[in-house]
Amino acid sequence: MIKIKLHKALHAAQGEMLLDLNLEIEQGTLVAIYGPSGAGKTSTLKILSGLLQPDSGMLSVNDNLWFDTKQKINLKPQQRNVGYLFQDYALFPNMTVLQNLAFALSKKQDRSILQELIEMMELGELQNRKPATLSGGQKQRVALARALVQRPQILLLDEPLSALDRKIRSKLQNYILSIHRKYNLTTILISHDIGEIHKLADKVIILENGQVAQEGTPTDIFINQKISGKFKFTGEVLNIEQEEVVYIVTVLIQNQIVKVIAQSTEIEGLKIGDQVMVASKAFNPIIYKID
Amino acid sequence: MNWEPLILTFKLALVTTTILLVLSIPLAYWLAYTKSRLKPVVETLVSMPLVLPPTVLGFYFLIAFSPNNAFGNWLNEWLGIKLVFSFVGLVIVSIIYSLPFMVHPIQSGLSSIPLSLKEAAYVMGKSRYSTLVNVLLPNIKPSILTGIVLAFAHTVGEFGVVLMIGGNIPGQTKVASIAIYDEVESLNYAAANFYSAVLFVTSFCILLLVYLINGGHLKRFWK
Repeated sequence: MIKIKLHKALHAAQGEMLLDLNLEIEQGTLVAIYGPSGAGKTSTLKILSGLLQPDSGMLSVNDNLWFDTKQKINLKPQQRNVGYLFQDYALFPNMTVLQNLAFALSKKQDRSILQELIEMMELGELQNRKPATLSGGQKQRVALARALVQRPQILLLDEPLSALDRKIRSKLQNYILSIHRKYNLTTILISHDIGEIHKLADKVIILENGQVAQEGTPTDIFINQKISGKFKFTGEVLNIEQEEVVYIVTVLIQNQIVKVIAQSTEIEGLKIGDQVMVASKAFNPIIYKID
Repeated sequence: MNWEPLILTFKLALVTTTILLVLSIPLAYWLAYTKSRLKPVVETLVSMPLVLPPTVLGFYFLIAFSPNNAFGNWLNEWLGIKLVFSFVGLVIVSIIYSLPFMVHPIQSGLSSIPLSLKEAAYVMGKSRYSTLVNVLLPNIKPSILTGIVLAFAHTVGEFGVVLMIGGNIPGQTKVASIAIYDEVESLNYAAANFYSAVLFVTSFCILLLVYLINGGHLKRFWK
């Protein structure tokens, strides 16, 4: 269980902002933090890892105090044993993939974990290459493996997949899920992708202006809002085109492309890339068994 | 031909550059990452030799180190060190004179490294020292090389400051730049030409090597 009660004045682009966090995170859950940029998402991860010092409050992990202004406790990042995946991957350019992983070993640690992670992340062929020669998805896998070398209890992922294309993203989501389960981690993930949050997270925290605006399961927060329809999916708008008097909206739902007819009033304010929900109440879908 | 002034010049430059490298890494590290209010003051002090005439620096050193004054006298009596008109004095003044040429490249190299590299190493449990040696310095090799070469070359090219504090003692303080001046004064152009040509060619070669290495032109030979 992670108990967070922290305050920190941040100097954001829009001016002063008070980051005010009051959260409890169960051991073994995967929590997504969602919110507009500048809401304090990355700062939250930096505070948890000890890279940024809060002004006041307390932070405890499994009943160990990591930070407490009253008792003047503040563990250094070196003492917290947190796995952190940076937005820019932060791979060391002077080291090969294997050296990057080996650098994360603690002094007396058994090297066998390196081989285990290399196999799991399928890095075997890349291990003697320098980061500069890797693709985005490959760098991401190396960074993820490196964050796990020290066997952390907590894994922090700062928008790990935003720079990758859809296919690689989906593959990496599976990696994240499998390591989360295998090592029984408590994972905190920053994501802008509602589909991704649905797939990965047990719980979503919506941050707005440094405050927790909403908390709950992804379904509660993103779907059970107003419509009580029985047939509904979330997806992303890929295209909007006009055909005679109506509009045809192409929506990507999971890996399926769906075309939906919409009126001009419905597409108002809708643009390509928006997250939408496709729902219907007035008809019964028919279920076939596929041979 | 008398090689002594040339050997002395390169000895001075070598000693100065080595000490400067050791001093500049912690100083540049502090300047690159500190949030202290003292930073602009320290930065100004480090950069002063860039704008001051070398004679100003030399003059104040001459005053400070002179055995006729309290500080120089104390050094002389208690430590037996005479800094005026001696090689040790030249080394000290050269370190200060060439300080910005070593500190600035290393500082800008460190500042250009993404902060996340340092943070990643900390989160892995690595100390500041281990992070500096294993992560930061290996990734700013071109900056360190630039610093070494600029400091070395600048020390070789010193004139005013040496003239003020070193004088013209053969084997002690008579470096090549002084020797050239000296030979021209006595209309001995052949000797002046010899020293000048050696300095010219060496400087050209050193700088060329730096541009070749930092530009990646030599990579194909050792890959």
